[in-house]
Amino acid sequence: MYNSVLCYLEKTVEKYPDKTAVVDKGGNITFKKLKHCAQIIASAISEKNVGVRKPVLVYLPKSRWSIVSFMGILYSRNFYTPTDVGFPFEKVKSILDCLHPVLIITDGANKGKLIKNDVSQDIILNIDELDFDSLQVVSNIDHIIDTDLVYTLFTSGSTGIPKGVAITNRSIIDYVDWVKDTYQVSDKDKIGNQAPFYFDNSTLDIYTALCTGATLYIIPETLFAFPAELMQYVRDHLINMVFWVPSVLINIANSDILSRIDCCCLNKILFAGEVMPNRHLNYWRRFIPEALYSNLYGPTEITVDCTYYIVDRQFEDDEPLPIGIPCRNSDVFILSEENTLIEKEGQIGELCVRGSSLAVGYLGNEEKTKEVFVQNPLNSLYKELIYKTGDLVYYNDRNEIMFVGRKDFQIKHMGYRIELGEIENAVMKVPEIGNACVIYDSQNKDIILCYEAVEDIMDKDIRRFLTKVIPKYMIPTKYRRYDSLPLTDNGKINRKLLESECIGD
Amino acid sequence: MNEIYEILADIRPEFDFKESSDFVEDGYLDSFDIVTLVSELDTKYNISIDGLDIVAKNFCSIEAIMNIIRKNGGEI
Repeated sequence: MYNSVLCYLEKTVEKYPDKTAVVDKGGNITFKKLKHCAQIIASAISEKNVGVRKPVLVYLPKSRWSIVSFMGILYSRNFYTPTDVGFPFEKVKSILDCLHPVLIITDGANKGKLIKNDVSQDIILNIDELDFDSLQVVSNIDHIIDTDLVYTLFTSGSTGIPKGVAITNRSIIDYVDWVKDTYQVSDKDKIGNQAPFYFDNSTLDIYTALCTGATLYIIPETLFAFPAELMQYVRDHLINMVFWVPSVLINIANSDILSRIDCCCLNKILFAGEVMPNRHLNYWRRFIPEALYSNLYGPTEITVDCTYYIVDRQFEDDEPLPIGIPCRNSDVFILSEENTLIEKEGQIGELCVRGSSLAVGYLGNEEKTKEVFVQNPLNSLYKELIYKTGDLVYYNDRNEIMFVGRKDFQIKHMGYRIELGEIENAVMKVPEIGNACVIYDSQNKDIILCYEAVEDIMDKDIRRFLTKVIPKYMIPTKYRRYDSLPLTDNGKINRKLLESECIGD
Repeated sequence: MNEIYEILADIRPEFDFKESSDFVEDGYLDSFDIVTLVSELDTKYNISIDGLDIVAKNFCSIEAIMNIIRKNGGEI
């Protein structure tokens, strides 16, 4: 049994040293070179005497160098957190405040932004200053154990404070071995990556490639705005496997690209992150009928996915697609509000997960961890944690799990997981706004801001303010101004009334 | 032309599109924005921009956007 995800890299380097590991718009890198460069970074980290099992932030544009840095951090026996250099710095700062990284890996082009925002020069490692041609110091991975962390990914927190989900080697190995076997991934595969590295769907892309010797293509982000160019890229590079968010697949279907660009090279089409409508999936199945289609489901807290469904039958356009059955070595079950097991068809309850896939909690946040990582209420004999997802589901007549919605105010917008509370929190920082409520129109994919203004303000100005505080994907797409927001009898904002007023008009 | 600048300013108020020589390269318009922009242009000019025309070079400048509206039968 592997002790570290680095075993994947080491084995693959032995088997396919000169095969291309990662391709990005700037070039490519072989498995051997990836390992070599990662070890150079590891030595540079160790020279800083930061210790082991400590958080390291990666502040780099998405590229092959991000992956080299991740591996370098792991070789130094620390764990990583990827961030987006395009995030407003306030968002980066909220991550820094929670993570307290011992080191930040960046490049020459982005170092200035860190310095400008009062990050100490002492904790910055600029990879442009490293000599990757130098002799490598061989890093020993024997001291890593599988309960050591690989990464901490930050998810939206309803109070505006992000939560760092801490994931171990063991959880990733458990997941990636399952992916490799289930989808029969090998060195012959070419994986087209869409997911940002701060989003855990990228775990499948990165680690399945490292594990099998498949080549990972980091598709340039701008292509996702232009479906025709995206599919030309897929065709030109003969990419055969993708794991994308449904929004991207929907956009391609809506633009009717597949009837004009032949993408039959695609034979494994996986998706997760939000609901995939059958109307759009049927479009894909019509044009690429031979491909395997699979709907995956899972929150970051259980390491990417805990259920999957391989599309095996016809669906009407308006039928919902199952999220399927548990992944190998995961137990997925439904609990009622009274914490009893639901096994009956059609009865709705909360999806709960048990297994090696569970995160070890939210970094440095015992309180939030305890809320959702709880003792299995069905087990009174020994300590066994489960993760309560907050997702409402039921069994259909085939014993497949069907997704219904959320227990709380978390949404999935273009595949991103967002707490409406985090947006409301940011909106309340706008000085002209007195009160605010954010609702989500899942049909039209609109984040609607209902607000009370104390002084005159234009929607544009609100947007402009928000871009400095929250990432682009959280910015409301529709704005409605109220003299006073409707309240419920006990004085809270009447969300239900706002929803009925705003959604569907 | 001003109408299009207004649409762009509504989508990304934090940028001055007159300052940019390439909206896509400069990161003024991302994938969300392109979807919004195409749907706004379709409504405003009563057209239906063909999916194959939704490529970077048709959205990189104000002139390019005007051309693509005209090509799809819109009147500016």
